[in-house]
Parts: sequence; C-alpha cells; structure tokens
Amino acid sequence: MPLSSREADLLNVTPIRRALVPGLAALALVLTACGSDDSDGNGNGGTGDGNGLDTSVTGEVIVDGSSTVYPMTSTAGQLMKAEGSSIEVSVGESGTGGGFEKFCVGDTDISDASRPIKDDEEVPVCEENGIEFTELLVATDALTVAVHPDLAVDCLTVDELVALFGPKSTATNWQDINPDFPDEKITGFIPGTDSGTYDYMAADVVGDESETLRNDFESSEDDNVLVQGISGTEGAVGFFGYSYYEENADTLKAVAIDSGAGCVEPSAETAQDGTYTPLARPLFIYVNNKSYTEEPAVAEFTDYYIANLADIAEGALFIPLNDEDYAATQEALAGISG
Amino acid sequence: MSTATTTARAVTTSTIATGKSKDRNLASLIFLGVLWFSLFFGVVVLLALIIDTAIEGSGRFDHYLFTDYEKSIAHEQAQKFSELRGIPVEDLSNHFTGFRGGILGSLWLMITTALLAIPLGIAAATYLEEFADSSTWYNRMIEVNLQNLAAVPSIIYGMLAAAIMGLMGFQFKGIVIGGAIALALLILPVVIITTREALRAVPQDIRQGSLALGATVWQTTRRQTLPSAIPGIATGTILGLSRAIGEAAPLIMVGLAAVQWDPTGFTSKVEALPMQIFRMASSPQEAVQEAASAGIIVLLAMILGMNAIAIIIRNKFQRSW
Repeated sequence: MPLSSREADLLNVTPIRRALVPGLAALALVLTACGSDDSDGNGNGGTGDGNGLDTSVTGEVIVDGSSTVYPMTSTAGQLMKAEGSSIEVSVGESGTGGGFEKFCVGDTDISDASRPIKDDEEVPVCEENGIEFTELLVATDALTVAVHPDLAVDCLTVDELVALFGPKSTATNWQDINPDFPDEKITGFIPGTDSGTYDYMAADVVGDESETLRNDFESSEDDNVLVQGISGTEGAVGFFGYSYYEENADTLKAVAIDSGAGCVEPSAETAQDGTYTPLARPLFIYVNNKSYTEEPAVAEFTDYYIANLADIAEGALFIPLNDEDYAATQEALAGISG
Repeated sequence: MSTATTTARAVTTSTIATGKSKDRNLASLIFLGVLWFSLFFGVVVLLALIIDTAIEGSGRFDHYLFTDYEKSIAHEQAQKFSELRGIPVEDLSNHFTGFRGGILGSLWLMITTALLAIPLGIAAATYLEEFADSSTWYNRMIEVNLQNLAAVPSIIYGMLAAAIMGLMGFQFKGIVIGGAIALALLILPVVIITTREALRAVPQDIRQGSLALGATVWQTTRRQTLPSAIPGIATGTILGLSRAIGEAAPLIMVGLAAVQWDPTGFTSKVEALPMQIFRMASSPQEAVQEAASAGIIVLLAMILGMNAIAIIIRNKFQRSW
C-alpha cells in the first residue's frame, strides 16, 4: 500500500499519536505494512516512504551511551538535519554503562546501549529517580571472529570459541583447540575490557562466571588496531563488530560459527534471520518516556529515527532489523505515549 | 644557562673548524655522534609521523573540511539516499565530512579557557612571587602542590570540572563553560609556573628603584614588575593554551558530545577538534579515517599558529636590562 508523500505527511505521527490512543496497534500495523512493502526485502522503514519529518519542530535532544551505537544515532541526527530539521541532537559516547548512569538521573533524553539495561544495577537507579524508559531495538551487529587470511580455519564451534577466548584457556597452538587445525601459534587481538564487545563475548558467548576473557591476548580499544594486528600476523585471531570486517574483508578472513546447526557465515542475512547465533547481538536505544511525551524535539527525533531505521542502519554499516523485530520496535515506540 | 650553551657551541665550532684542539679525540667524536643521533631520532620520527599523516589525509584538503560538520553515512548509501530523497550527496556522504564543529568548538573553548586561566594564573603567580612569605608552611605547601599539579594526568581535571559543573547546577555539562573549566584547571599550573619564572627574571633593581621613589609594593608590581614580565607571561600562557587545544580526555570526561551546530555562547553545546579526530580515527569507514588524518594536520596547524604567536609576542616585547 504505497502512500504518496503528501499522504504520508498528513500521517505525520505526532498528531495521530495523540488522537488515536486506542488505535495504536492499528497504526503499528499500517507502518509495518508499509515497511514490508519494500522490494529489497530488508528495507523496513525503507527509503522514500514518507518519513513524516516535521521541520517546524525545534529544540534539543541529548543522547549519550555506547560508542558502538554512536554511528547509528549520529547518522539519524545527520540525516534528519540534511532533510531540513533544526532540532539540535548532541550524541556523546561515554559507553553503555556511562550512558545509563547519566540516563538514570535524567541528564539525557536517550541512551545508546550495546546490551540491555542491567536489572540488578541500573534499573533500580532509574526507578529511584522516577525515570521511566522504553527500550527500542534499533539494529543488529554480527560480532565477527576474524583470522589471518592464510590460516586454514574456516569454522569454529561455540565450544571452540570458549577454548580459544575463555579465561581458563591455555591454548597457544591452533592444534590445542582442534587437532584438525593447522600447527600454528595463536596470536590473539581482542577489544579492550571497557568495550561492550568484550562484555558480550565474555558474558553471552563464553559465559564464564567471571565474565572475563583470557588476559594474555593483545587488546586495544581501537578496533582498527585489531584489524591491522590480525591481518599482519600469521595465525592471528580476534573479533570486532561486523562493520570493521565488512570494510576490511580483503585483508581478513571471517570465521563461520557453528552453534549446533552447521557452520554459519556472518552476514546481513544470517544475522537477520537469526541463524548467526550466538554472535548476532542486538543494539538498543533507551528513550526517557517523560522527555518523549513532554519535549516535541525528542518525540520528533525518536519517531524519525524509528521510521527511517533501515536506512540509518545501512548508512552506518549496521544490519537492519528483520520485519518482525522492526514491527516490535514500532509497537514499543507507539506504546510510549499510550 | 645561556652562557654555558654559548661556550659549548663556541668550543665545538672552533674544534671542528681548526681541527687542532685536543678535544677532538675519539671519545668526544663519539659523544658528538650520540648527540646528533638523539637530535635526528626525535626530529625524524616526528617528521615521518607528520608526513605519513599528511599523505594519508592529502585527498581531503578541500573546503568541506572546514565548512561542514561530521558526516558518517557510507558513500554508496549516501548516493542512494540522495537520489531517493532529493538531498544533495554533499550533505550526507562521509566523503564530505568536515571538522566545522570541532574547529569552532576548539576556538570557543580556547578563548573561554584563556579568559578563565590567565587572570587567575597571573594573580596567583604575582601573589606567590611578590607578596607571599615563602618561609611560612602554607605557602611552601602551595608551591609544592603547584609543582605536583602540573604532573597530574589530564583526565583527572575532567572529573574535577564535571564535579564543579554539577555543583554549579548544570544538568548537561558538555557546554563551552564546562570544557573551559577543565582546560583552565589543566593549564593553570603551567601558567602560574611560567608567570613566576617571568616575574623572577625582572631585575631586583627595577623593584628597588620604584620603591625608593616612594611607590608602594602594589604600585611597583602593577606599574613596573608586571609590565616588564609581559613577554614571558604571554609566551607561557600561549604554550599552555596550545597544550590545552590538543586535549581530548578531560573533555570526554566532562561530557562533551558530538554536535552538528555552531556554538553561540558560553552555554552552547560544543565538541573539540581532538575529540572529533579521536572518534573518526577509530571509525571502520576508510573515508572517515582519511578525513581524521586531514583533521590532525588542521589541529597541528592551529597549534603551530599559536606557538608562532607566542614567539612573535616574545620577540616584539623582549627587553634586556
């Protein structure tokens, strides 16, 4: 059901949202239908289907949080500005934890996060300060395990990942991991302990109680350093966000991951259809409900962000959500003012 | 110190020129070689870094670098959006990313930092040098702490500034005044120490002459000592500011965030050039990394420009007694 851009403008979310509180589900359905109409298959909220931007809204939006999600939110702000909006969006990158610290005392309107908010540590702070929030899934990142291009390792099982990166690992030769692997020394390059990427690998993939990885691998907060290290060292292995692999695919080799259902290569498709487990990780933004309902600029920015989510994700080299997840995100957004 | 330097140089020159001195034995030649190597090592590494960076960023020395804000949309996607949404590709693509936010932000931060740090620093140094009784325990403690403060890691000043902004009741701390407080605290010890050096270099004769003519200590300081010390104070202050302009860590700590707008006042949200470079250099996108290299050269030019101003001021006002 293609809408003309004029109709889409009339459908501008702001007035509709207030008028149709009981009909929110219907609105979500309408938007979802528009999204799935896209011919390129992964284009939820795809290019050109009336983004409903109201350029008369002015104000400030303060965003802070994960440096992984930073490119997404920054791109959203840039795209909105290029389309003529004068809303001032400032995007910080204090890290997911640092972002929540500010978010839960009400300093920021939106918090970027590369992991869900912690129920035991962060949610109570928000509650104490009366901050109600809504979690919105915005994109998927396929954490990519990459090796030196000449290394004859093409696929790793989850157990092998644990043996490779786990805190108890003593493997120094690829044959220690699996006798079929080549007789080569392992050199590791992994993200620094402050990064959400490290946390995700430690907590959700390796899953050791200590939530750490082995500490004899080289680490850097700059993923470009990891890329250089892996592509320049025989037998090297490491991991980082998919965009770093995508941009350096000619000097690295991505390893497929076997979580029990065969080897799956990291790609936009496998991350979207859910087969690239457990390394496909969700990226979120958290919206302060009060800011959203009381500050038109925050509402306008968030609506624009979600309405153009696929374009923003592609522009920032992330993997857009599949239609199902996108519908859920839209529903969650519609629920804020409900 | 300057006498010693002259002598050593004179001896070395004459040794090489005449070739007759007994100094020209093997040991002295080796020592000279070591000195030359040390000099070259520093200069060559620095030059290699600068040239490498300049080459890497050479494709980006265009006007977009100065007139445009950060853009991080991958070029192919930007072209697609541009066609479909009717927005010029220059407004979207990372091939046209710029440092306008960072350059203007850094300029605002430097001016505000100077306004905060210079009066405070000069006043503190004048007190310590001209009025304070350095035999009292509290003045000695202040002096020791000043020396220590100059060696404190810069990120600590960021935390301090964030705390001050919190006490002042600012909810969002990433504004001009917040960053400037952090940078002013950072360079304050440098400004105080260099101002004291400059005041100390003013001959006692001038003070005593003024006092003998009936001027009070305050009048002497204001009309004689401070004006005589201006070249030294200005040089030290500007060198302090050129340290501040290259700092990213304390600013990130205060909470400065990426902006797409020009700062308009002391409470505007800003970001600084080094922060933008730091962020862009770790981007996966090659075009953004290239722009970061160009940004480094811009920052370098700004720092060299400030140092040049310091040298000009010094040469213009320098007096000998």
